[in-house]
Amino acid sequence: MNILLLTVQRDLLLYVRQPGDIFNPLAFSLLVISLFPLGLGPSSDTLNEISAGIIWVAALLTTLFSIDLMFKEDYEDGTLEQMILGKESLLLVVYGKIIAQWLVGGLVITLLSPLFGLMFYVNTDGIVATVLALMLATPTMTLIGSIGAALTLGVNKGGVLITILILPLYLPLLILGVAMIDTASAGENYTGHALWLAAILAISIGFAPLATEQGIRISLSE
Amino acid sequence: MGNLFHRLGSPRPFYEISGIVLPSVGILTLISLAVGFIWALGIAPPDYQQGHSVRIMYIHVPAAIVAQSSYMMMATAGAVFLIWRIKIADMALQCAAPIGASLTFLALVTGAIWGKPTWGTWWVWDARLTSTLVLLFLFIGVIVLRSAKEGSESVGRATAILAVVGLINLPIIKFSVDWWFTLHQPSSFSLTESPSMPPEMWLPLLVMVVGFYLFFFFIWTYRVRTEILKREHRSQWVRSIDDI
Amino acid sequence: MLQVKNLSCERANRVLFRNLSFELNRGDALRILGLNGSGKTTLLRILAGLYQEFEGDVKWGREQYPLYIGHRRGLKALMSARENLLWSAAINGQGARLAEVDEALRQVSMGSYLDIACGSMSEGQCGRVNLARLVLLHNKVWILDEPFNAIDSDGIQWLLERIKKHLFLGGILVLSSHMEVPLNNLEELELR
Repeated sequence: MNILLLTVQRDLLLYVRQPGDIFNPLAFSLLVISLFPLGLGPSSDTLNEISAGIIWVAALLTTLFSIDLMFKEDYEDGTLEQMILGKESLLLVVYGKIIAQWLVGGLVITLLSPLFGLMFYVNTDGIVATVLALMLATPTMTLIGSIGAALTLGVNKGGVLITILILPLYLPLLILGVAMIDTASAGENYTGHALWLAAILAISIGFAPLATEQGIRISLSE
Repeated sequence: MGNLFHRLGSPRPFYEISGIVLPSVGILTLISLAVGFIWALGIAPPDYQQGHSVRIMYIHVPAAIVAQSSYMMMATAGAVFLIWRIKIADMALQCAAPIGASLTFLALVTGAIWGKPTWGTWWVWDARLTSTLVLLFLFIGVIVLRSAKEGSESVGRATAILAVVGLINLPIIKFSVDWWFTLHQPSSFSLTESPSMPPEMWLPLLVMVVGFYLFFFFIWTYRVRTEILKREHRSQWVRSIDDI
Repeated sequence: MLQVKNLSCERANRVLFRNLSFELNRGDALRILGLNGSGKTTLLRILAGLYQEFEGDVKWGREQYPLYIGHRRGLKALMSARENLLWSAAINGQGARLAEVDEALRQVSMGSYLDIACGSMSEGQCGRVNLARLVLLHNKVWILDEPFNAIDSDGIQWLLERIKKHLFLGGILVLSSHMEVPLNNLEELELR
């Protein structure tokens, strides 16, 4: 357990020392979200209708753009193979890295989402649901994305490749999340949606890091 | 029987056994596809609502069914390779991916063709077509990962993990896509869910499905044989084959 | 103890080695030599447990966690020498106090670079930080890929002494090296 916390600490330290890694994807999502009102016109009805979808797609893309950094540097400077060889469990290290990545990525998007909601005239119920939905879904995005990051280590255009591999797997999150926000905005009960997101999160927590760990060992076997 | 499966795990026995079986499979494929085609396109009755355009279903549905099955088979081969390191399983995975992708593409195209007379547009977002599109992306993912890692010795295991992860997600994806479309098209006429299909329609459909499965196995085995020759080209028994 | 039986490996359709067998016990040292591309690094990685596409058996006795220093340095540019070593110890399941880390760095003449980021150091200095790992960590098995490459002649002397001490204390060493390694009792394995 200790190594997990140490890993989170280490990765956060590294992110803080190179903040561009955090800011760039976030700036990207802010930009993408802002493009839509500019492109579609400021009519509150239009924006409201597409709001959930846009916020969600922006969250997905932002996660994808930062995910390939999770292992890449450690792979290139050789610290990743040291983690494989070390006595401490690689699986715990993987969990630690995923947590750290989520803290500087998914969590920040979740906290910024009310702002996005306001930009799109989402009502209060909708905004609450948006935060809750993202809170449940962004860890899952990081968990599943980490599998793609692990499998594409050492590949040249890894970033684009990860997107191709992982986006289909994000579809249920997209569908559930948007449905949850829309349902909330209409004033209806969205507990079911939230429970489904929580279930997917639970499954991902249990299984995704296993695949990621294998993926790391496989990618380093070269 | 167990012994047979055990032997099939090695390249040379697989090559030799499949060489014996393959011609018969090929003939069966031809027969069932020929019978199916004639029955479906010529003899079966036109649909009460869709008229003759329903005949595209006899290609679309088998293609979609076999495409989805082939993903499951491919992912199973991947799991076998990861657990038991049987080389044939790796070859099976690599060879299945392009065939599965092509069948999925065929399903998409025929789905679009089917939709055109009914709904007037070439593409429509409904549950089945969307699921098929996602399946195509899953296949493409495996193919693309393979080509990106070409030359690396661990490409087999990497694609195997991706295939298995895709398989685990497939039911979740299908379920959520189906559910999404029940929200958005509450009472639409579903292209593929007819209330009940009379035997005049599901019998030729069955023949076509069987034919497509046989077709898949035939092409798959053929490709695996080629892959075996490629990978074992340096070994004695390959060099001494003179029937190519 | 290391037991290698019938180890065969193929890369890019070329056979690197076939049916390699050997055994190493405590205090043994093995040098792998061969031309570039002959498979030295691959063999070392197989022994370390990083490379898995091979046939045959590689069995380690009780010493399961080798200290491997390969072509990639294993040091983070954004972390200081101290931080890197503390992390190395942690990932090896070895709690290390700051005093121990500092002492290890001093032994490789990096005492005045404790808090300098490894990214700001020269090749040679980073090489020394890596050698400090050999001092700090207690692994019984050392697998070193061209360890004499990135260090100066003083460092080479120091490393040789350190290796002798390691072997004397019952450690195992496998290394690849272009240059001759003046050790008694050194086994050599040439890959063609």
